[in-house]
Amino acid sequence: MSDTTGKYSGTAITLHWLIGAMILISFGVGLYMTGLKFSPEKLKLYNWHKWAGVSIFMLVLLRSAWRLTHAAPPLPPMPAWQRFAAHASHVLLYVFMFAIPLTGWLMSSAKGFQTVYFGVLPLPDLLGKDKDLGELLELVHRWLNYSMMAVVAAHAAAALKHHFVDRDDVLRRMMPGNRT
Amino acid sequence: MNKLLPAVVLCLATLTVPGLASAVEYGTVLAEKSVIGFVSKQMGVAVNGKFPKFTAQVAFDPAKPEMAKVSISVDTAATDAGSKDANDEVVGKQWFNVRMFPTATFTSTSVKPAGPGKYEITGSLSIKGKSQPVVAPFTFRADGASGVFEGGFVVKRIDFAIGEGSWTDVSMVANDVQVNFRIVASAAPPSPATARPAAKSK
Repeated sequence: MSDTTGKYSGTAITLHWLIGAMILISFGVGLYMTGLKFSPEKLKLYNWHKWAGVSIFMLVLLRSAWRLTHAAPPLPPMPAWQRFAAHASHVLLYVFMFAIPLTGWLMSSAKGFQTVYFGVLPLPDLLGKDKDLGELLELVHRWLNYSMMAVVAAHAAAALKHHFVDRDDVLRRMMPGNRT
Repeated sequence: MNKLLPAVVLCLATLTVPGLASAVEYGTVLAEKSVIGFVSKQMGVAVNGKFPKFTAQVAFDPAKPEMAKVSISVDTAATDAGSKDANDEVVGKQWFNVRMFPTATFTSTSVKPAGPGKYEITGSLSIKGKSQPVVAPFTFRADGASGVFEGGFVVKRIDFAIGEGSWTDVSMVANDVQVNFRIVASAAPPSPATARPAAKSK
């Protein structure tokens, strides 16, 4: 059943911004931590990054389940190519949000580092230790991230364009508050 | 200990003479089939490592475990700590300091039986210029012409100053390091080349 006020639901809005913020922070930490010299601080950041990744993955599962059961409000009128770009980029973002934590998890296993969520809940190693596979997965994880950031940048730029140039309610629909 | 040593050496010397040894004596370590590994915990995550280069001397007769002698010398520079980053770090001054201490050694002082196929070895572990007593349970079983010794013990890394400076934080790398060994030795007396110097008399 589609939303009659034209806005996304409170749940969708909360998850959107929460996941978005966590992704941006994790991306930044990921870039920074890989450049560090080996130290206790580096170990700490790697673990926080992985725990954030697991948390993001669980939130993305929630977001996806919600999205499948609660249709997004229909897009306001816009040229067909923009409508297509919106749907395509959203699908891509969902793909990235699944693939990136998954490749991180697989990479960690292949490098011989089990993920233990907050140091208490061990996640199974889906792969055995394999140096070459670990390095390949590292490349995949890194390039999926760069690609996702490019789509995120386009996603944000498009939202701002719709809000300030087209003056439609595309951005407003995803903002907290009651009215569009 | 000083009075016991000549007596033990004499017993060992008799064991090197063929025909005087009773039962089967295991004295030649098959290094390529043996493994010395360890598990360290980093922020709750177990990371496996190993010491791929070591020499070991064993003289063990399961009919006379109290006469057994074991000494192991590990090449610390070859330590595999689980990743390239860790391997580069672990040989440095704050860890094994391999330039000053290229080997870590274990020398047994006694072995006693602890049930069928089970024993307990007591000895001295020396790492980075520090020594600590170690008691390790192990099992022994014959496998054809070889004997397999498997066991383990916990090393408290801080006792040996392994991981200094900011690495003394045991919430990052735990103090307890589990060392596991699987030593395979063939049923042959120690050859003169590998026998400990004190047992050379024949």
